[in-house]
Amino acid sequence: MPEERRLIFKHIDEVGYTSDIDCYLRHGGYETLRKAVAQSPEDLREEVKKSGLRGRGGAGFPCGVKWSLVDRKSGKPIYLIVNADESEPGTFKDRYIIHQDPHQLIEGIMISCFANGVKQAYIYIRGEFPHGAKILERAIAEARAKNFVGPNILGTDYSCEIFVHRGAGAYICGEETGLIESLEGKRANPRIKPPYFPAVLGLYQCPTIVNNVETMCQVRHVIDMGGEAFSKTGTPGNTGTRIFCVSGHVKRPGYYEFECGKITMGELLYDVCGGPLEGRQFKGVIPGGSSAKVLRFGERFKGKRKQGADMVEFDWGVEDVPMDFDSLAAIGSMGGSGGVIVMDDSVSMVEALANINAFYSHESCGQCTPCREGSLWMKRISSRMVHGQARAEDAALLKSVADQIPGRTICAFGEGCSWPTQSFLIKFKDEFESYYQSKESRPAEALQLV
Amino acid sequence: MIQPANPDLVTVNIDGREIAVPKGTNVIEASRKLSIDIPHYCYHEKLSVAGNCRMCLIEMGMPAVDPATKAPIIDEATGKQKINWIPKPVIGCGTNVSPGMHIRTTTPMVKDARESVMEFLLVNHPLDCPICDQAGECKLQEQATGYGRGYSRYIEEKNVKPKRSVLGPHVTLDDERCILCSRCIRFSREIAKDDVLGFTDRGSYSTLTCFPGRELANNYSLNTVDICPVGALTSTDFRFKMRVWFLKQTNSICTESSVGTNTVVWSREGVIYRITPRQNDGVNDTWMTDSGRMLYKQVLAPERLKSAAVRGAAASAEDALRAAAELLRASEAGSIAIVGSGRSSVEEQFLTRKLAEALGGAPVSLVSRVGEGDGLLLSADRNPNLRGALVTGLIQSLPPVTASLAALGAAIDAGKVKTVISIGEDLTAAEAGLSAEQLAKVSLITLGTHASATSAAAAVVLPTLTVFEKSGTFVNQQFRIQKFAKAVPGPEGVGDDLATLSALIAAAKAGASASEADTPAAAASAASCDVHAVWATLAAEVPALGTMTYKTIPDDGLLLDGTPYAALPFAEGEALHYKPACAAETAAAPEGAESRAKAPAAA
Repeated sequence: MPEERRLIFKHIDEVGYTSDIDCYLRHGGYETLRKAVAQSPEDLREEVKKSGLRGRGGAGFPCGVKWSLVDRKSGKPIYLIVNADESEPGTFKDRYIIHQDPHQLIEGIMISCFANGVKQAYIYIRGEFPHGAKILERAIAEARAKNFVGPNILGTDYSCEIFVHRGAGAYICGEETGLIESLEGKRANPRIKPPYFPAVLGLYQCPTIVNNVETMCQVRHVIDMGGEAFSKTGTPGNTGTRIFCVSGHVKRPGYYEFECGKITMGELLYDVCGGPLEGRQFKGVIPGGSSAKVLRFGERFKGKRKQGADMVEFDWGVEDVPMDFDSLAAIGSMGGSGGVIVMDDSVSMVEALANINAFYSHESCGQCTPCREGSLWMKRISSRMVHGQARAEDAALLKSVADQIPGRTICAFGEGCSWPTQSFLIKFKDEFESYYQSKESRPAEALQLV
Repeated sequence: MIQPANPDLVTVNIDGREIAVPKGTNVIEASRKLSIDIPHYCYHEKLSVAGNCRMCLIEMGMPAVDPATKAPIIDEATGKQKINWIPKPVIGCGTNVSPGMHIRTTTPMVKDARESVMEFLLVNHPLDCPICDQAGECKLQEQATGYGRGYSRYIEEKNVKPKRSVLGPHVTLDDERCILCSRCIRFSREIAKDDVLGFTDRGSYSTLTCFPGRELANNYSLNTVDICPVGALTSTDFRFKMRVWFLKQTNSICTESSVGTNTVVWSREGVIYRITPRQNDGVNDTWMTDSGRMLYKQVLAPERLKSAAVRGAAASAEDALRAAAELLRASEAGSIAIVGSGRSSVEEQFLTRKLAEALGGAPVSLVSRVGEGDGLLLSADRNPNLRGALVTGLIQSLPPVTASLAALGAAIDAGKVKTVISIGEDLTAAEAGLSAEQLAKVSLITLGTHASATSAAAAVVLPTLTVFEKSGTFVNQQFRIQKFAKAVPGPEGVGDDLATLSALIAAAKAGASASEADTPAAAASAASCDVHAVWATLAAEVPALGTMTYKTIPDDGLLLDGTPYAALPFAEGEALHYKPACAAETAAAPEGAESRAKAPAAA
């Protein structure tokens, strides 16, 4: 069984470890920041690039590349926004960092700000995390009092402030340009790209970096270890550690941190999480938050994938898939936010999908026609199905509606809301197609969904 | 690829055809130049790009180059440079042309994208076309027909949203029909600068509404109705009055101010139902004021003059003209004064000048009408054609801003003027400034559309036509001559204005030669004094208009040379497509300009 490697979550749930700055300092806190401000910002950015660190928000975009796209010639201020709008169903990693180790995040933010010449950073935290916001406010005040944040940090001529901004409760605020709109005080309608790439025209039309909470913490470790050393953790192209938030039908759900790509789905679910509940069998698993495409236990994945510089063939069952960005992408799903949602044979996939569709129809911002109307339509079909009104043609209709959405919207919500339906309908086709016949055996007493 | 000679042009390939368009042009506009229609809802050429309706999805590709050498990659099959097509469709509105860009608008991917968006737009739309005012001019109808699948797969319940919401004095909203394109929101914010509209709730439940405690009450609110692609925003004035396909459209010019907004008058069987703006990118873009749209109501106003009158008693046009001729003949030489109008057309002003000449050089006054300009499409000068009076030579200088007729009043008081011909003005109006006593001292011949103190006091009243009932031209604040056409017939018994003026000229001439003329009306038959006939003499006698005829003036007008009048202190401030000629030198006469701007608004 692979060993956990706790990098980000080193002190999470550690007895005696508290969120105050003294505890953090006792554990070597802010030493990396001290080390960082002694270097040049260009060198720090180079380290991050060398580390191969990929964003932990969901898309897995290389952090160093993101930073290199920032327009540094415009003469406008550069902003850094930490995306703490952790809203993807199945994901609960950032909140542990915020609640239990906020100074790790702040140190990562300050290093990133220094590396990018940022004078003002924002932590955009979802409205449902009021306690987390308070903890962050307090932690920033503590760090400020100790001169890690604010004017002339650590005796240098570098100054930077961090502000906490609370959202009002919308999934779409996790989309970076929607987040920026919300931060500017507007409705969180994602912006069209082009022209509004955050790296050029972001917050207040200034160059802006938006990074996930975990990514910021990873940066601290990149600088701590050095980019070269960091790039040797995990696997090539998928460096560092990955936090998996396992929920659903396993014996030991929870969070686990492993080197990226060094653990397979089977090891994670059986060895780490204890396997299925007594008398049950795994049926499906969503590997990276609810918008990632579902995997069906028993299906085989064959193809070629890049390993370092070579292309190698693979032939995997669900249990064999390494849990890294590229492998999960190679089998048509994604690593996403690390939220692993496990469903066993007690689960009706139609009901599960109805639940997911209810979520996405509620969260579509309503800007783009396909997502706005499609998400609600899918919800209405799947909801009707589970309430005793299923028809033979519903499975095909659901799939067809879903197929009309992705790739045709301003932001990735179009993909996020249609991938579940697409993948459920492909992977569990029989169950959906025969559902209308089983509706008699299913009295209309199913819980009223949202 | 053909490289355009002009470096500001970019050559793109759309459906296999190449076209050079200016940098910054988007794909919808570039395609329009090739008469390729890319359907869209949220995009509007005069507003910012929102990119939300997704109807304008097209396929886009760029010429392939070797990443290392930047050398073009040639497709061996065709011998042409390979095109890297983007696997996902992109929006035409938000995609600006770049050199070598390739666009496809007819592929299965594009067709499917359009069908999908159409289907999605209709699933929660009430489809109440039979009772919807937009029917017949609805983009949803048109594009469903053009690009939809033609059947529905939707069996779920539809959204329920507010109906018949009153957004303001002119606009009624049906939220169920709204497709959330946000054009109205962007118009209010970007053009009207009155940011009162927004969406509440989210997803398919998003609902257009006014901000709490606010209303859509600015003078441009009805433009939101024009640009609403569906029947969500409707004109409270027009809704349920008439199906648009029954209406005749006539090009006209708004008479509200010297902006000269281009309009379309919509009428049926001689009745006007609405006025909408007509696009003129040099004047009003695609906008107009609400107040200008309501001007058609004057046509059927109860105080409309529908019959000629002699000393208060209704008379036939012939009798009234005979009485007028009698009056002119009886007047001493030099005792007749004329009040012309900045509301008259160029042709009428020209004939007014001819009348003054026929009367041996009778003095001509004009009434100034100055209000507050709004910086957009309502200018300070509320006369639509003050500059026409200059161009035609009716006047040489601008009338005084307040009490424009003070000099005339003094001449009346002094007994020098005994007969006054008023052409379309109420002489006792505040901006004109004559008193009832002064009117009582003179014999008054008045031409007008509506009853007023002047028509009540007049010896002879000759009813005239509104701008909707005749053809002619106005010269706007930019010295742009623009023509309007007759949309509806005038009331029965109201003669053609040019004929009436020609008859008066004939009478004046007859009086001057001291001979007993026949009926003056007979001397000026309608045929000899229609707008084209007047233009024959007009062009001959007014050098500035010498090169044109009524027919050759294009629909968007012609700019005349305004430099001879550059030194005149015009009242207008900056507007949408207008900068005062003397803006740079306002220091020369700042007080004058100031006081004009503050003068009380004309009615």
